[in-house]
Amino acid sequence: MTYTIKTEKNEWEIVCGLEIHCQIISKSKIFSGASTEFGDDANVNVSFIDAGMPGMLPVLNKECVKQAVKTGLGLNAQINKHSVFSRKNYFYPDQPNGYQITQYEYPIVGKGAVKIDLSDGTSKEIGITRIHIEQDAAKSIHDLNPKKSYIDFNRAGVGLMEIVTEPDFRSPEEAGAFLRKLRSIVRYLGTCDGNMDEGSMRCDASISVRLKGEQKMRERAEVKNVNSVKFAMQAIENEAKRQVEIYEQGGTIEQQTRQFDQTTGQTKFLRLKEYADDYRYFPEPDLPPLYLTDEYIENIKKEMVELPDAKKDRFIKDYALTAYDADILTESRQTADFFEQAAKGHDGKKVANWILGDLFANLNANKLTLEQSPITPEMIGELVDLIAKNVISGKIAKDVFVYMWENPKMPSQIVEEKGLKQVTDTGAIEAVIDSVLAQNPDNVAAYKAGKVNLFGFFVGQVMKASKGAANPQMVNEILKKKLG
Amino acid sequence: MAIDNEMVKQVAFLARLKVEDDKIEETKDEFNKILNWIEQLKEVDTSDIMPLVSVNDSSIPMREDTITDGNVKEAVLKNAPMQEFGYFAVPKVVE
Amino acid sequence: MTDLIKLTVSEALKGLKSRQFSAVELTKAYIKQMEEGRKYNAYVVETTEQALEQAKLSDEHYTNGTNRALEGIPLGVKDLFCTKGIQTTACSHILDNFVPQYESTVTQNLLNNGSVFLGKLNMDEFAMGSSTETSYYKPAVNPYSKDKLLVPGGSSGGSAAAVCANMCAAATGTDTGGSIRQPASFCGITGIKPTYGRCSRWGIIAYASSLDQAGPMTKDVRDAAIMLKCMAGYDPKDSTSANIEVPDFEKVLGQDIKGLKIGIPKEYRSDGLNKEVASYWDKAAEMFKLRGAEIVEISLPHTKYALPTYYIIAPAETSSNLARYDGIRYGLRINGEKADDLYINTRTKGFGAEVKRRIMIGTYVLSAGYYDAYYIKAQKVRRLIKQDFEKAFEKCDLILTPTSPFSAFEIGDKSMNENPINMYLNDVFTVSVNLAGLPALSLPIGLDSKGLPLGMQLIGRAFDEETIFKAGYALEEDVAFKRK
Repeated sequence: MTYTIKTEKNEWEIVCGLEIHCQIISKSKIFSGASTEFGDDANVNVSFIDAGMPGMLPVLNKECVKQAVKTGLGLNAQINKHSVFSRKNYFYPDQPNGYQITQYEYPIVGKGAVKIDLSDGTSKEIGITRIHIEQDAAKSIHDLNPKKSYIDFNRAGVGLMEIVTEPDFRSPEEAGAFLRKLRSIVRYLGTCDGNMDEGSMRCDASISVRLKGEQKMRERAEVKNVNSVKFAMQAIENEAKRQVEIYEQGGTIEQQTRQFDQTTGQTKFLRLKEYADDYRYFPEPDLPPLYLTDEYIENIKKEMVELPDAKKDRFIKDYALTAYDADILTESRQTADFFEQAAKGHDGKKVANWILGDLFANLNANKLTLEQSPITPEMIGELVDLIAKNVISGKIAKDVFVYMWENPKMPSQIVEEKGLKQVTDTGAIEAVIDSVLAQNPDNVAAYKAGKVNLFGFFVGQVMKASKGAANPQMVNEILKKKLG
Repeated sequence: MAIDNEMVKQVAFLARLKVEDDKIEETKDEFNKILNWIEQLKEVDTSDIMPLVSVNDSSIPMREDTITDGNVKEAVLKNAPMQEFGYFAVPKVVE
Repeated sequence: MTDLIKLTVSEALKGLKSRQFSAVELTKAYIKQMEEGRKYNAYVVETTEQALEQAKLSDEHYTNGTNRALEGIPLGVKDLFCTKGIQTTACSHILDNFVPQYESTVTQNLLNNGSVFLGKLNMDEFAMGSSTETSYYKPAVNPYSKDKLLVPGGSSGGSAAAVCANMCAAATGTDTGGSIRQPASFCGITGIKPTYGRCSRWGIIAYASSLDQAGPMTKDVRDAAIMLKCMAGYDPKDSTSANIEVPDFEKVLGQDIKGLKIGIPKEYRSDGLNKEVASYWDKAAEMFKLRGAEIVEISLPHTKYALPTYYIIAPAETSSNLARYDGIRYGLRINGEKADDLYINTRTKGFGAEVKRRIMIGTYVLSAGYYDAYYIKAQKVRRLIKQDFEKAFEKCDLILTPTSPFSAFEIGDKSMNENPINMYLNDVFTVSVNLAGLPALSLPIGLDSKGLPLGMQLIGRAFDEETIFKAGYALEEDVAFKRK
């Protein structure tokens, strides 16, 4: 499915690349021993290093390196055994040193690739250019005073991974799918919590357009800090349209930085790329180069968890799930683990149906996460089993599910307590059928006269009389026999 | 690579320094004098030479991921020329 | 009592240990000398009250027999070292009233060894200069001045003047291009710049990170050995600090230097070399020869490029290191409408002319389009300079050169102040050592016809300060320089 912007005269194609800043999960900051916790009082989790005090020196946190390597492996990328920290020089109140320690010419992770699945059933590979590690800036608070901004250094120095993609995106959908996939991967790995709305994953999009078939890239605009998947897609769509409009009116695009406006969904001009963006990168003289050994990388490989793509393939194969169901179940590691736990020794396909159906519907309706679910994987597994073993009917199972939700107990216990056990005793069912037939002589006569659609009526009456406990299949068979 | 007045202004701004208008000419001349002098390096053949960033070429030492620092808010703010509500205060930053 | 101040550190330690005088008496003697020596403007902060408190504690240590390596020794501290609770400004207006809440590793080491701090010593602003004339607190004065005021050299000029005039038993200095050795030479004292990585840089206000190194400035070679042992050591807070055992330097003093190969670099003996300097150089070589050392001619072919290389690398690093002085978190603040105005106002007012000059040169050589031609080129030449030394040390164990091409000049000297390059030439013999990261000692060799001291420099292999001390001690014995 090719996405293009069609105008009266032309057909335009989007060329977009993403830069995603992911906050690294670690206890302490990347270059200081201060905590990475937020929510504390301003300027509490700040060391003299984070505040850029004179004479302070950075010391690299092991964990941040490991997390970046893990992420690199998760994105099927080259791990560089030699990388170098550099200083990116610029003045900004949230940048305490007047420079950011980052990596420039020699990043820790090189080229990689991520497969994304699209709604039309096709998939596409997105190239990863690099991942480098760097320090986060402080936070400016603008709404406490009309004339001043306030700086809180709690966030300053938290480790970041900047993941840079190739300009491989041709549609907002592709970018959205990639962001979801990336989020899912870093969450699986436990290297970033992926919460875009909280700013722990932040996205900048480089967007340009070109006529379909054109080979070269045109000038691009960089849209900063788009903090949700939806906004990223919106920003790409609207920025591309804006550029198309300018070209169609005979205008040109200058390389520039723009900001996404959440209220309008449009991008607005921030500044031109110019001399002020001369960051004067140079190797950080306070930090020797980072060398990693093969052994170090191998050890991390051994610790790698199964990632969504592999898990999805396995779910399809082992549990006979549809690609669609497997996709949803593997989006988060929690869901996948929940499913696998529930499916253990039971019918995986049916377990998936319960999770994706009733469980998710109830969680959504009650605004709960899977971790908060009153229903455990074991309950789902047993529920599926009870149906398979004809202990309860599918219909009763729905009721059992509701009871479980309200009063979490194992389904077998609920069935026991509430006497919901399906009646499979032929004699007992015959007795009920006999009494139903005896009470409805007219209908029996009409059925026998050819009104066969009354069969459903009899089934209903029998089920009602048995309070739903009769095995529906047996009811069918016996009824058919009795009615001749 | 002689530099001109415009460059002096640009470099000054990049460094967030102001060179008074009547000093630009002088600054430029001085700059060019120093640059001419350091351009002696052009004579040196460095074709197969790797740049030397630091004499210390061992691998970077790394620390354990433990919380050993921070919680010194008062000390961090102690020297602030302007602080309000426990924040450092600056003129409004708009972006 | 006046004699107390003339004692070297080792002599004073003996007197303290044998209870000939108390630490309080010793400190009081120095405090009196500081008062008498105010005309030298060596101290920018005097901490006499705290010093007496410390001395009192030292006396208790002596009483208890818990005295440490430098117990009760009154020291002066260059104002580049952050000292907890004591104003530290790097002699710059921009750090007005800055009181660090932390103690530099080197000064902490000295405190842990029981020393007493008399105050903070004058220096060139941010260690940029060779005369202390760039100090915001006016220049320090060379105690050898007669009718005209002479500079003590720089940047550690206050340290050199204070040691020379017996206003402290010893002092700390830092050396980026010659800042310990040149003032030591000008003031007739001893100073060593240790191997890069020997002393921690943590808590020392950074000038040029890849070159800065702290070292002692003392009355004689033995004191330098004692002081360095106490200052040095691996510091996990400085990633460039060397994890190498610090030897007991004092042990080697007095050892035979027979057979030691002493290199004389031919490139240092230019036609323009001051005759008196040249003849002292020959004399020093002769003295070594008489002790059975072997004099060998060596070549350091890239010597002439060391200064231009330094004046690319040091300004580049400093342009970044000094970006943190922005008026937000500490020091001077000159308000402005916008953040950029705040920066520009504060920095323009807060930095002196030489510092601004170097920041601008550094900014320029790192900026896009010039980086390769200047910065990368300089780093390549830096490697060649380092390789020169490596080759030279295949032929010799130690290199002997003059420290400075001339003796102390007048404060306000026209040629020095009219053309910055003339001032830079002060470091012509010292700067290569910093680029190569090697240790080098300066010790007095005699007075010139003007009655001013001249120094000789001994350069050693990386982490081989011991050979320097051994040879330096021998030379010192032969020279028998009369201290002030």
